[in-house]
Amino acid sequence: MNHFFSDTATLTGRSLKHVTRSLDTIITTALMPIAFLLLFVYVFGGAISTGTGISYVDYLMPGILLITVATGVSYTAFRLFLDLKGGLFERFQSMPIARSSVLWSHVLTSLVANFVSIVVVMLVGVLIGFRSGAGVGAWLGVAGILLLFTLSLTWIAVIPGLTATSPDGASAFSYPLIFLPFISSAFVPTASMPGPVRWFAEYQPVTSIVDTIRALFAGAAVGGSIWVALGWMVGILVAAYVGAMVVYRRRLA
Amino acid sequence: MTENMIEVAGLEKSFGPLAVLRGVDFAVERGTIFALLGSNGAGKTTVVKILATLLRADAGLASVAGFDVARDAAHVRESVSLTGQFAAVDEILTGRENLVLVAKLRHLAHPGDVADRLLERFGLTDAGSRRAASYSGGMRRRLDIAMSLIGDPPVIFLDEPTTGLDPEARLEVWGTVKQLAGGGTTVLLTTQYLDEAEQLADRIAILHEGRIIQNGTLAELTQLLPAAKVEYVEKRPTLEDVFLSLVGAKD
Repeated sequence: MNHFFSDTATLTGRSLKHVTRSLDTIITTALMPIAFLLLFVYVFGGAISTGTGISYVDYLMPGILLITVATGVSYTAFRLFLDLKGGLFERFQSMPIARSSVLWSHVLTSLVANFVSIVVVMLVGVLIGFRSGAGVGAWLGVAGILLLFTLSLTWIAVIPGLTATSPDGASAFSYPLIFLPFISSAFVPTASMPGPVRWFAEYQPVTSIVDTIRALFAGAAVGGSIWVALGWMVGILVAAYVGAMVVYRRRLA
Repeated sequence: MTENMIEVAGLEKSFGPLAVLRGVDFAVERGTIFALLGSNGAGKTTVVKILATLLRADAGLASVAGFDVARDAAHVRESVSLTGQFAAVDEILTGRENLVLVAKLRHLAHPGDVADRLLERFGLTDAGSRRAASYSGGMRRRLDIAMSLIGDPPVIFLDEPTTGLDPEARLEVWGTVKQLAGGGTTVLLTTQYLDEAEQLADRIAILHEGRIIQNGTLAELTQLLPAAKVEYVEKRPTLEDVFLSLVGAKD
């Protein structure tokens, strides 16, 4: 383990070259959330009453950012899958390196790639009128939540990355993650939904995360939603990490 | 003075109900080329993966360079290098970047110099700045083997190194393997090609249905059959001879 940091840095540098040399992965990651953003602001948004007094683009932005991350992590699964399929994973595992750095390098690369995609989507948001009166503390809060959210989804992505038998299988897990925000407070207030749907929407993780980010952007008090959001994210992170480790060990059995 | 760099005794491994290895025994002396010969699915790759600490055996002992693969995996990994069945190079990186990456992971002092020397040795200097995705099968395999040599591991596993290569590339790989053993490296080679084992190996073991059914030098193995008869046959060039002379391969 004495080489963990240098090995992880070396392998992360390698993995980041995959991102910078295929910038299309950043663009396609940002493209769908941007399309949703434009569609909802300019097509559906006019008919949606959020009852919050904030502009619809401000209302929508937190959910769009979560969709960006959910799209982005599918590339993490895809890159990991390619390493396994091409034999590089085994090559690294048979070398005298800190073995866990192979997985961590993919996780760190995911954080960097998603950060860039988030910035791109935010810039488009600002162009079409997204504004935030949040102070430095609130922005750091948003950054922290997005970091934790990306980390949890990335460890979920490691599982299909290690187990998939086809590239499509490696990235298909992200579809439900992308659609979860639709049944939450991300696009419309949950109060407008019928009973069981409303119940699901209010108690699934996305609503608490979206509500927290929205409150931080608005410079308002976050209330109890931040603790629910943190609880969900830490819980998912721990469960996904343990699951990924079980799958990883089984490959070496 | 002989010394075994690889020792395998009673090795067993099953995948679910399928018993792939049912008690494999062999040993490889330092500085020799040992070929594990067998058809597809005979368990050659499983043996290599256990020796490279990528899989755990169900039963039996295996040691490399004196270290037990189960108890002392970290030391084993410092002594070996694996060239897997598929040339495991990073296609997005250039040839040189692939070599620098491995040199850094082996914690060598001057990764750039190590990479340049290997590019030259394997005739890849001109291609060094191109992405590995653009390489031919033979070039990829050469890069793959060059990556395995970084850090001068005393034991090298070559798992079907010439499967899928054209005849010229195959000869190139053979040349490299002979050179390695000449330099004192111990090579464990798996192959399904009889002529490959015949050309390269000091000893050949035949793995069949999870056991080693024969193990010896080429001379010993050929003695298993009745003595050679003298026959007069017209010596015709093989298709390989024709192909190689037409495309002008050296050697």
